[in-house]
Formats: sequence, C-alpha cells, structure tokens
Amino acid sequence: MSCERGIFTVLELQNLIWRLPDGEAIVNDISYKATSKLIVITGPNGGGKTTLAKLIAGVETPESGRILLDGEDITDLNITERAKKGVAYAFQQPVRFKGLTVRDLLILAAGERLKETSLCDLLSKVGLCAEEYIDREMSTALSGGEAKRIEIATVLARKAKLSVFDEPEAGIDLWSFSRLVETFEDIRNNTDGTLVVISHQERILSIADEIIVVANGKIRTAGPREEILPALLKGEYTCSCPKLSGGACR
Amino acid sequence: MNDIMNMNFNDITGDLLKVISDFDGGEFSGAYNIREDSQCAGRKSSPNVSIEPKEDKPGIVITVKPNTKGETVFIPACVTHSDVDDLVYNDFYIGEGADVVVVAGCGVHNDGEEQARHNGIHRFFLAKDSKVLYKEKHIGTGTGTGQKSIDPVTDCYLEENSRLEMDTIQLGGVDHSTRNTNAVLGKNAKLIVRERIMTDNAEVAVSNFKVRLDGEDSGADIVSRSVAKGNSHQEFYSLVEGNNRCTGHSACDAILAENGTVDAQPALNAAHVDAALIHEAAIGKIAGEQLLKLCTLGLTEEEAEAKIIEGFLK
Repeated sequence: MSCERGIFTVLELQNLIWRLPDGEAIVNDISYKATSKLIVITGPNGGGKTTLAKLIAGVETPESGRILLDGEDITDLNITERAKKGVAYAFQQPVRFKGLTVRDLLILAAGERLKETSLCDLLSKVGLCAEEYIDREMSTALSGGEAKRIEIATVLARKAKLSVFDEPEAGIDLWSFSRLVETFEDIRNNTDGTLVVISHQERILSIADEIIVVANGKIRTAGPREEILPALLKGEYTCSCPKLSGGACR
Repeated sequence: MNDIMNMNFNDITGDLLKVISDFDGGEFSGAYNIREDSQCAGRKSSPNVSIEPKEDKPGIVITVKPNTKGETVFIPACVTHSDVDDLVYNDFYIGEGADVVVVAGCGVHNDGEEQARHNGIHRFFLAKDSKVLYKEKHIGTGTGTGQKSIDPVTDCYLEENSRLEMDTIQLGGVDHSTRNTNAVLGKNAKLIVRERIMTDNAEVAVSNFKVRLDGEDSGADIVSRSVAKGNSHQEFYSLVEGNNRCTGHSACDAILAENGTVDAQPALNAAHVDAALIHEAAIGKIAGEQLLKLCTLGLTEEEAEAKIIEGFLK
C-alpha cells in the first residue's frame, strides 16, 4: 500500500495469544491492523512487547491467532521463510559469533556481495566507522553498544518489507542514538517498507506514524501519534510516581 | 647457494598441494622442499635460505640467513597411497633478525586398506630478534578403508625478542592425529598459536601443548578452536609454565555436533610471582540464538550451522 512517503507494508495481528509454560498469558488476545510506515510499540517493562516482536518475526510461535503481511497469512511460516518474505528482526540482545566478522554478517543480511562504499554507508547509519569495524569479529570483544549498532546495521542491510527493532536505543550512547533516530526518519521518508520499533524513547515516539501501547499482554491504546503521544506521556508520569500526583511513596 | 632439484610428483600430490600450500601448478616462489611418499619430489634453495638433506636420518635442515626479510619457504609433505609410514625430521635455523614465512602443509591420500601416515618432527631454533609465521594445513583424502594419520611434533626454541606465530588447521578427513607442540621462550620472546581442527565420522584428534615461559617478559597466546561432528573425538591438553615475569593465555573453544565429544584439560603452572597466566575453555553445541539470528537473515538452519562453523574455523 502506498502513502505520500512511499510504499508501506500492512501488518495485521489477529487475536494473538502466547503463554509461558505455566499458563500465564504474556500476549493476551492482541489484534491490530497497522497501516503506516513507522509504528512504535511502547509500554511498561514486562508488558509483552518483546514477545509480540518475536511473534511477528517468527522467533516465537503463537498459541493461537494469525499474523498477516499485506494480506498474506504468515503465521505458519518459520523464521527463514518469513525472512524470505521480507521480515527482518533486530534482537534486543545482539547475538555474538566467534569467527563471523561484521562484514560476514552484513553480506549475509544483504544476500549479496556488498561494495566497500555500501558497507561504509550501512555502518555510518549506526554511527560506526567501517574502516575500524568491518573486519572485526562480532564476538564478546565488542562492547554492548558496538554490538547493538552492528545488530541494527544487519537489519538495515536487508532492505526488508517489514523491519522489527526491539529497543534499538538500549545500550547505545547519546550521539549514536541521535544518528539512529535520523536513520529511522530517513528510512521512513525515503525507502519503501514498514518499520516496527519497540521503544520507550520519547524521540522515537515523536517520529512515529502510529503508536501502540502494550501493557499486561494487551493493547492499552493505539492510534496516530498525534492522538496517543500527548496523553501517553502525561499518563505514564502519573502511573510511575504517585508523589507527582500528591500521593505518598509506597 | 642455489641447489635445485626439479619438481617431479604425481597428480595426487599436485591436488593435495593445491589445498595445503595454495599451489597454483607453476613453481613455488622461493625456497622449497616437496616430500612425496617418503621421497624428495623437488627441492630448491634460495640465496638466503638453504635446504639440505640430513645425513643421519630422513629429513632436511633449513637455514635462514640473518636479516632475511619477506621470504617464504615451502616444505609440504604428501602421502599418496596406503602402506606408507613416513617419518621425517626437519630442523629450522632462523638467523638473527630474519623475518620469514614457512608453509608446511601435509596431505594424506589413501584409497587402499593399509594405513597411510605422515609423522613430521620439526624443530625451530629462532635466533635473537627473528620472526617466523608458520602456516600448516592438514587434510586427509581418498576412499580407502586404511587409516589416514598425521602426527606432527613441533619443538620450538625462541631466543631473546624472537616471535613465532603458528597458524595451523586440520581441514578434515584425517582419521587420527596427535599433535605435540613444545616451546621454550627466552627473554621477551613471543609465541602465538592459532589452531583449528575439524573432525567428523570416527576421527580422533589429540592436541598437546607444553610451553615454558622462561625469559623475562616472554609471552604466549594459544587459541585452539575445534569442531567435533559425527562420532568423532578430540582432546586438548595444554600446560603453560610461567617461570619468570611473563604473560600466558590459552583458550580452547569447541563446538559439538551430533555425537562428537571433546575433552579439554588445560593446566597453568605459575612458578614466579609476576607470572600472569589465564586459561579459557568453552565446549558446547552451537548456541540456539546464533542459529536464530542467521535464520532471521534468510538462512535455513542447516545453512546457518555451516556458516557458523565456517566462520569459527576460518
């Protein structure tokens, strides 16, 4: 489907349920149809956001419910099949590999040989210098922030129809975060495809087309940013600190 | 000295040389000695590197003149049929201030029912301020039921401020290998080892390291990465002795697949208060999250596993 910023992918979640082995529902009957280029999922910790992202990427399988991508039911596709359909997923905790270099991962992600200029471009989008990082191993020798930025670059390299980022801001420094926000804006404005970003950051929320607030495994509220964001910020303040609304510390 | 014995070897050796020595079918540039089925199949010295046969036992003496820079010495050894038990003693004398590369691969091909074995006993004598990059690839090929064995022994003596870097890899198809590496380091000498071993089916690979850090500020960094697939078995033993102010690090990382098994027994012996010795060991199957990550990039689980192993042993 297209809008003034290019083609976007319609993501539709229908009655998704996912439970822990003890029966507790972490995603509890979530339904939503996203029809924009940049969707931000936010909400309190432990509310089910990461599980929801994993369900979309195929890393977890729902107990029931359906996931549709541009109208095609992808619920029964495994991770590889979804990846080939154009779903990309940036892990919250980057995966480390002894032996695989940043270059190896970016080439695997792109599915083709990449010129040095393309590799440089990808890494600069996450605030890294290719000369310094491209032939380093994606191992524990990299700091958490470095690994996180490379993880994000592997998703950017895929040029996917639907890219899911799980808390991209976690562990990266302020400067890199600013660069990342610019990158998300750039993708939204200049490329085809849809971004789903799980985030608590106001700066990311402020560039969203749509915001979905997930809490206790359900959608608390969702809609265009202009409607959701002002109320969300005010509401979260009141919830998080009773003193601000005249209460006492518990 | 320019002692030339023209290259004359069979097609199997030619194929093995392509794998173990990156041989392109022409002639090795620089000094070389090619060993085929316990015989010499070509030898050439260079103005700075002499290669002479030993008189008392099978093998050669390689002497690198002091301050020789940028030369590569090729000493590949091939066994091309069964019922060969090749034993060779090669000594390397690296002159003061020299900086050379030694390529010493070994290929064993066996289409028969008897054993085919190469046992290379190498001694390295590195004079003061010299540097050696030692590259060694081992591979077993052929369809015979006879065992293919490669059992190298490497004894290294590093004088003051010298540096030996060993880059060794066993590519597969070797039924049995026992690798013994011993080193004694003088003042400020450095030993760096990067070992990679892949075993499959019923193959067995044993790796023993014994390193003595005798000199002040000497250092050793030994990293062994291995993959044990099928019903194969690997053993890693290392003993790093710190007898002076020194640094020692050894690491054994192993990936298990199918029914592969690995024993790792690292040992550190600090005999000096300023000896700083570290060992790391990790054995396990490929982490599920690594497979997941590569699957999210569009690889199947099998492709992901192959890519992870390829990178690990690169």
